[in-house]
Amino acid sequence: MWLRAIARQVCGLVLTVVLGGLAAATLVRLAPGFDVDERELDPRLSEASLQSIRIERVQERNLAWFYWNYLRRLTHGDLGVSHSLRRPVAELLLERGPVTLRLAGWGLLGGWVLALSLAMATTAWKQGALDFLSVSFASMFLCLPAAVIGLLVLFSGVAPAWAIALIVFPKIFGYARTLLGKAYHAPHVLQARAKGVRGVSILMRHVLPGTVPELLALAGVSVTMAFSAAIPIEAVGDVPGIGQLAWQAALGRDLPVLVSLTLLLMLLTRSANAAADVAISAVQAGQL
Amino acid sequence: MILSVIFVSAFGAGAFAPRAYGTQYRNFPSAPPSRDFLLGTDDLGRDRLSRLLYGSRVSLLLAPAAALLATAVATTAGASAALLGGWSERACATATDLSLSLPWLFALMTVRAMLPLDVAPGLSITITFLLLGLLGWAAPARVVRAAVTSMRRSEFMLQARASGCSGFRLLIVHLLPNLRPVLFTQFLIAIPVFILSEANLGLLGLGVAEPIPSWGSLLRDLENFSELRVNPWLLAPAVLLAVVVTCFQLLVPSKESAA
Repeated sequence: MWLRAIARQVCGLVLTVVLGGLAAATLVRLAPGFDVDERELDPRLSEASLQSIRIERVQERNLAWFYWNYLRRLTHGDLGVSHSLRRPVAELLLERGPVTLRLAGWGLLGGWVLALSLAMATTAWKQGALDFLSVSFASMFLCLPAAVIGLLVLFSGVAPAWAIALIVFPKIFGYARTLLGKAYHAPHVLQARAKGVRGVSILMRHVLPGTVPELLALAGVSVTMAFSAAIPIEAVGDVPGIGQLAWQAALGRDLPVLVSLTLLLMLLTRSANAAADVAISAVQAGQL
Repeated sequence: MILSVIFVSAFGAGAFAPRAYGTQYRNFPSAPPSRDFLLGTDDLGRDRLSRLLYGSRVSLLLAPAAALLATAVATTAGASAALLGGWSERACATATDLSLSLPWLFALMTVRAMLPLDVAPGLSITITFLLLGLLGWAAPARVVRAAVTSMRRSEFMLQARASGCSGFRLLIVHLLPNLRPVLFTQFLIAIPVFILSEANLGLLGLGVAEPIPSWGSLLRDLENFSELRVNPWLLAPAVLLAVVVTCFQLLVPSKESAA
């Protein structure tokens, strides 16, 4: 059953690459300045060179050829050249990708630990004050733009990954708190409590296992949240990751970079959601 | 109550603001709060309080307008797909999933970068509003599609179909009135999301163009830490934004329970 789930997710990813690639190609095609080549203004080029440049441009005007060529280059890892930095986009991504992956990874880990700890604490020890304080603390970060949270973290001298943690944790906390609260009142948990099981033991052995599929789905969604938060954090914190690259590309209208980045991130988040779906199927298959 | 006061102050900025938002008092650059300038001035000598009031007007007009557009697009897409069923529903679901798998801010920045950055200030407001509204349809569309799918097989819908009602009339006369609570909730949920998105875009220099103020452009003053330590009133836009977003977030659960 979960092999079928894997196959379905792989088909979804392939469809994402094709549709996303076509959408990306359309954006590049419609971008202002697409049909203009600065090389034609170079007085050092011979007439033969100029002619070959014009032939190349005529070919690109053919939509079908353009789309086919774009997808073909995509599958070979050729993401074009950055207009502003004059470097291959793939090279830029390889250089900056690990920085953002580390930032988002640590931020996600921190956000999940904080959110789950608070959610479990409010579920296990049902005290009005603890619940109120936790919800207020989480709501505080929901009300501020990601860039402002990034600035506050930067000014406090703490690592930038904490900014991502503080951005994703309120959303995870809200959902986890509701999930754990409902699971705490499930019949099997009530029976366990009636038999004398208490505190952390009831949470870890009876409440949490039942919420694993929903938490896995939330984990997939939180990857999108973390990468979305990376842009303003890297921009204000001067972190040389792909978020900062995207921001600089937006200011410089460097569409090859932006479109490639967006496509890559779409693929990454789809993969994370697909992995979560497969994990859910595996867990549910194990539970049956 | 708090929201009403803020909305009245913002929309009445023309009456309440002591000065125009763009007037520069070059003799008073970066002035501290005083009787003449209650929140001080910025580095160009512009009154911060006036810019805050006018900026609130822009942000509080822009976000609900964008939310209305996003809800309208979501209703059209979600309701049509659910009513038609079959491949159109699957296509809508695929488009929604693809759209939701895109990091929101990346999509906003990519589309914004396609458009000219040095546009007239008024046009930049329109561009920002259209961007937010046209890209923010996916999450509400999913909710609308789920709601319409559950209503599709309800008794009143079956009776309407049996009476010969179909297509457009079914949607307008029977479905939409029953979708009102869902649509209103989605509209209220979208407003704080779009307020925060506009603030993020403005802070990154991709939102409303100068000299028109918005919360995003006003928050750019926070980037200067040394000035922030000396002039804590620079946090006023952030505090106001947090209050408005909190009020909207509290409004949604109360509307849901009332519905």
